[in-house]
Amino acid sequence: MQITETEQQIIDEFALFPDWMDKYEHLIELGKKLPPFDEKSKTEQHLIAGCQSRVWLDAHYENDKVFFTADSDAIITKGIVSLLVQVLSGHEPQDILDAKLEFIDKIGLKENLSPTRSNGLLAMVKQMKLYALAYKTTKASK
Amino acid sequence: MFQIQTIRNDFPALHQKVYGKPLIYFDNAATTHKPKPVINAVNEMNSLINGNIHRAFHYLGNVCTERYEEARETVRAFLNAPHTDEIIFTAGTTSAINMAAFSFGERYVGEGDEIIITEAEHHSNLVPWQLLCERKNAVLKVLSVDDDGRLQTEKLPQLFSKKTRLLCIAQASNVLGIINPIREIVATAHAHGVPVLVDGAQGVVHGGIDVQDADCDFYVFSGHKLYAPTGVGVLYGKRKWLEEMPPYQSGGDMIASVSLTHTTFNTLPLKFEAGTANFTGVYGLKKAIEYIQNVGLSAIHDYEQTLVRHAVQLMQTIQGLHIYGTAAPKTTVLSFNIDGVHPTDAAQMLDKMGIASRSGHLCAEPLMHRFHTQGMLRFSFAFYNTKEEITATVTALDKIKKMLI
Repeated sequence: MQITETEQQIIDEFALFPDWMDKYEHLIELGKKLPPFDEKSKTEQHLIAGCQSRVWLDAHYENDKVFFTADSDAIITKGIVSLLVQVLSGHEPQDILDAKLEFIDKIGLKENLSPTRSNGLLAMVKQMKLYALAYKTTKASK
Repeated sequence: MFQIQTIRNDFPALHQKVYGKPLIYFDNAATTHKPKPVINAVNEMNSLINGNIHRAFHYLGNVCTERYEEARETVRAFLNAPHTDEIIFTAGTTSAINMAAFSFGERYVGEGDEIIITEAEHHSNLVPWQLLCERKNAVLKVLSVDDDGRLQTEKLPQLFSKKTRLLCIAQASNVLGIINPIREIVATAHAHGVPVLVDGAQGVVHGGIDVQDADCDFYVFSGHKLYAPTGVGVLYGKRKWLEEMPPYQSGGDMIASVSLTHTTFNTLPLKFEAGTANFTGVYGLKKAIEYIQNVGLSAIHDYEQTLVRHAVQLMQTIQGLHIYGTAAPKTTVLSFNIDGVHPTDAAQMLDKMGIASRSGHLCAEPLMHRFHTQGMLRFSFAFYNTKEEITATVTALDKIKKMLI
């Protein structure tokens, strides 16, 4: 599935929850369902500097595609993290670099990605794109 | 007679809905809302009475200058400072502390000297002293807090040495809410020949201070935490210090005479008020002080304490909820955590229910380390809050806890 298709799927899913509490309930569920992150990998190296909640991110490259794993100590943040992983994981570096991630805004979670909101999510998106860039560059130099 | 409904009617911000829910505002330790007399005063200054102070001979300039200097007298009386020229207007607590750190530091702090702070300071009363110590190769010493949040004042005497130049301490912690025994601490410091700067950011709004009774050498506070506009604050300093301290910023208004090669400085307080002052905000501060004096400081205190007691009582019914800082006396600040609940999650969900709280390290990271936590959730009440709002909030919190765990 294309990145934008997954985004659309998420937008449709969230359209079922006009009420904020239902939306959060859904995010909490997504957060709880996110595959566990290896405790040993919760190192400084994988920690994304954020002011309010901590986010860990790891990536690997397989068959020309980037795969992400992530975690957060805050469950709502973890729910949003899980959406980002769902959307970007398993795609080619260039597609990840081109992704506009407009779904975040469309499902009403824009405030979580604003530059002044230091909860690590914007930094996480940047880090995901940096991984993509790094893999793309490595591939090109081979 | 304290009439809560009359008071609430004076604060337009309280009567709005957020996300379709009536606003419950419990982030008063961050900033307070403004009563109508303050709003009207600022509106009038912005729309009509606008003239630069201390320089022009025209009507508007004169009225603004008068209002600005009347405000200085209002603040002097509010703090019971001996002299009006000991009141310096600043942009807020942070700028007042930076001013003190720079100017006091330039005059009195040298290599190997020591400054004492406490573990319970917010970053504004910590970082400026750290930077001063780095600049001067001086040493920062720290007074720690007990598990119940009380300052270990019995350990204070052993922190003093012949090299101690200043003690900087909050009147009340913005996290623990505990009100420190300022008069005793100042007396101890003075017995060791050490002056004291008191950070009143959280204390001024809960009972204020009598700077002569406390005998502190410096006292700072922000207007916006005292129902006044943002961007205005105060540095009170004893004349004997302020007169000897060099100016902080330079420019207009702080000069006596200027030639291209030399400048002599104005006398107090203008020596420390470079450039065009925030005369609009300062006049708003005057109106805010008059407003709370009119309601009555002791009536406000009594009412706020009933709110705190009500909140503590209800919050204790939530299993796994721990309040930090259990020692008395306290302001209206209640910082806490619930086992298994990340404060950021709870704050976001409360927000969508119309409830404004604060979460995170609360601008006091050393205290977070002290209590072994990444962050806390904080409610802080003002005299315009009600028991009903608290009851509704604790019910919401309980619901959120069940959703999150």
